[in-house]
Amino acid sequence: MKTELAIKEAQLNSRVEEDFMTGADVLIEALDNQNVDTVFGYPGGAVLPIYDALHKSNASFNHILCRHEQGLIHAAEGYARTTGKPGVVIATSGPGATNLITGITDAMMDSLPIVVFTGQVSTAVIGTDAFQEADLIGLTTPITKYNYQVTDVKDLPRIVREAFHIATTGRPGPVVIDVPKNISQEIVTEAFETDFHLPGYQPTINPNPLQIKRLMDAMRTAKKPVILSGAGVQFAKASEDLLEFAEKYRIPVTTTLLGLGTFPGTHEQSLGMAGMHGSYAANMAIYEADLLINIGARFDDRLTGAIQHFAPNAKVAHIDIDPAEIGKNIETHIPVVGDAKEALKRMNKTEVDCEDHSEWYEKVMKNKNDAPFWYERSDDLISPQWLIEQIYEETEGRAIVTTDVGQHQMWAAQFYKFDAANRFVTSGGLGTMGFGLPAAIGAQLGSRDDTVVAIVGDGGFQMTMQEMQTLKHYNLPVKVVIVNNEALGMVRQWQEKFYEERYSESLLDNNPDFVKLGEAFGAETFQVTEESKVRETLRKAFEHDGPALIDARIVKLDLVFPMVAPGKGNHEMIGVKPCEE
Amino acid sequence: MRRIITATVQNSSGVLNRVTGLLSRRGFNIESITVGGTEQEGISKITFVVDVEEERKVEQLTKQLHKQIDVLKVNDITHHNKVARELCLIKVVATPQSRSEISGIVEPFRARILDISKNSLIVEVTGKPDKVEALIDLLTPYGIKELSRTGITAFTRGTQSKQISDYQTLIV
Repeated sequence: MKTELAIKEAQLNSRVEEDFMTGADVLIEALDNQNVDTVFGYPGGAVLPIYDALHKSNASFNHILCRHEQGLIHAAEGYARTTGKPGVVIATSGPGATNLITGITDAMMDSLPIVVFTGQVSTAVIGTDAFQEADLIGLTTPITKYNYQVTDVKDLPRIVREAFHIATTGRPGPVVIDVPKNISQEIVTEAFETDFHLPGYQPTINPNPLQIKRLMDAMRTAKKPVILSGAGVQFAKASEDLLEFAEKYRIPVTTTLLGLGTFPGTHEQSLGMAGMHGSYAANMAIYEADLLINIGARFDDRLTGAIQHFAPNAKVAHIDIDPAEIGKNIETHIPVVGDAKEALKRMNKTEVDCEDHSEWYEKVMKNKNDAPFWYERSDDLISPQWLIEQIYEETEGRAIVTTDVGQHQMWAAQFYKFDAANRFVTSGGLGTMGFGLPAAIGAQLGSRDDTVVAIVGDGGFQMTMQEMQTLKHYNLPVKVVIVNNEALGMVRQWQEKFYEERYSESLLDNNPDFVKLGEAFGAETFQVTEESKVRETLRKAFEHDGPALIDARIVKLDLVFPMVAPGKGNHEMIGVKPCEE
Repeated sequence: MRRIITATVQNSSGVLNRVTGLLSRRGFNIESITVGGTEQEGISKITFVVDVEEERKVEQLTKQLHKQIDVLKVNDITHHNKVARELCLIKVVATPQSRSEISGIVEPFRARILDISKNSLIVEVTGKPDKVEALIDLLTPYGIKELSRTGITAFTRGTQSKQISDYQTLIV
C-alpha cells in the first residue's frame, strides 16, 4: 500500500517535472550548444538521469556506445586527433570512470582535446564509500588539464563552456567534469550564468616579435639548419606555413612520431621521423646541425636519446605554446612561446639572406639516400615492413592509420609515408597497448568517407578487441590488420638485444583463433600467411563495405631497425644498414 | 638551495591539492608551505620553501605552477629583498625553579609566554627562520615537549634597492 502510494507520488512528481529542466537536460543542451556531433558514452547508475535526458531530448549529436569505457576514451582520442574537434565522453561513476583513466592519461600526454563527463554518487553520500563511488577529482587531477566537480546545478552550463574552452585552446588536453547524480536530477529553478572568466588561463598565441627576430637572425648565419616538426604544428593547423618556410630556405625537415604528416612524408626535403627508431638521416642531421628549429615538439626522451649527445653543436630554437616545455629537457637558446601558425606566419613574412647551405643540404640528402629504412624480405612468411608498404600502396597513401604500441607501430611510422597532418593516430607519449582499434572507431566516425586502417599487434588487439562489436554495431568500415608475430614484439626485441634472449613472458604462442573471433564479431575476416596473397586479401578487405579483420602472419623474429640503444646518443644508431645490426 | 616561492591562486576547491600534487609528482620536496587569504576575496596566497639546486629546475617549477589554471601569479622571491616570517609554538619543560630563567631567555627574542602550567610553558615566537632556530636551540636543554612551526610566509619589500648577494641564507 505504502509503495503504491510512493509510486503514484513519484509519477505525479515526474509529470510535474516534465515542464521543468533538470540538471541532466541542462547538460545535454550545453553539449548541443557546443556543436558537438558525436558523444562516446556508456550508461550506468550515476548517469541514469543523463541517459534519460538524452533519450527524451532532440539533441543533434550521435551517441556512440562502445563495449568498454577504455574503448570510449580511445575512440574519443581518435576522433579528436583526426578532426581537431574535442572528443566527448560520458561514463558512470566508480568503475566506469576509473576505466577511463588510461585514456585520459594518454590524452594528457599527447595533448588531445577531450571533455569527459563522469557520473558521481549524490553529494549527500560523497565521502562515505558509497556504492560505485570513486574520488574522480583526486584520481584525475594529475592527468587532466583541469577538472571540475559540479556542486551547484546552476554552475553546470558555465562549467561546460569553460571545459570546452580549456580543452581546445592553448595546448589542448583532457578536462573532466564530475557530475553527482543529485545534480543531474535536480530541477533548475534559477537562471544561470554561462559567461566565464579565467584570469589564470591566458595562453600566449602571438609570439614575442623580439624572439622571432632572434630566430630569423640565427637563420641568417646558420650553415646547417634543420627543422623538427611536432604535433604542435598539427594542432595549430600550420602545415602549409611550415611547408612554405622549409621550401623557401630549403631546410631539411624531420618530425616526431606524433608530428608525422605535418610535413609531407614524400617531400624531397623530408627526412622522416627522428629518434629511437627514426631515420639515420634525421638523427644525423640533428646531431650535426648548427641550428635546430623545433616547432611544437616537446623533446621527448624517445626523440632525444641521451641528452648530452642531442644536437650538441646546435643553437636550439623552440616554438611552443606551452612555456613549460621550453627548456624542460633540452637547453634552449631561442624560446618562442606562442602558436606555431602565428610564429611561422611571422617567420615567413621576415625576409633574410641566408648563408648558402647547399653543401649541408647535399650531405643530409646523401644520408637519406644512402641509409633509408630497410628490411630483408623473407622467403616464406610476410615481412612486416613490406606489409605496411602494401597497405600504403593499396590505400594510395591516403588512409587514416591508427596503431597500438610496439614494433608494428614503428614499422607503420617508418614505412607509411603520411603526406597530410591528422592521418596518423598513435599513442605516442603514454605508449598504450590496445589504443589502435578503438581509436580507429573514433577516426572513422569523424571522417566517414576516409579509409581507416587499424594496424595493431596481436598483443594489443587482445586488450580492446571487444570493440570489434562496436564496429559491427555501427557498421563502420574500419580495416583491422593484426600484425601477428605471436609475441609482444618490442618487449621480445629488447629481451633479445639487452637481456640475452631471455624471453620472459613475451611470447604469445597460445593466441586465440583470430579468424573465428573476427567471424564471431561479424567482421569480414581473413588470414594471410604468404606474401603472394597479401595484395589480394587487402583488396578484398578494402572493398568490403563494413568492418574487416586481417590476421597477417609475419616473420616472427623480425626486429625494428635502425635503433638507438637505451642510454646512447642518436648518432650511435645500430642497424642503420643491412648486416650492421 | 632553499628557495622561497609564492603563488597567488584562486581559492577554488582542491587548489592546494593541485599545487602540492604537482610539486610532488615533478619531484620537488616541499620543506614548508603556508596558505591563507589575501586582501582580495577568493584569492589566496601560498608560500613554499623548496630545496632545489639547479636553476633550470626552479624555472621548470615556476612554469609548471604557472600553467595551473587556478594559479594567477608565481614569484621566486629567493633573491629579492623581502620580509619573511614564521611563527613557532614551543612547549618547554619548566619547573617553578627554571621558569624565570626561561622567561629571561625568551624576552630578548621578543617571544611571548602564552601558557604556564605546573611542569611546562608554552612559548610563541615569530620571526625569520634563523631567529626561531636560535631560540629552539636555547630552549632544547630544558626539554622540549612539543613544537610546531607554521613555515614561512613572505613578502617582497616595497623597494628593491639592492639584490641581496648572500643567497645561501634566508636573510630578511
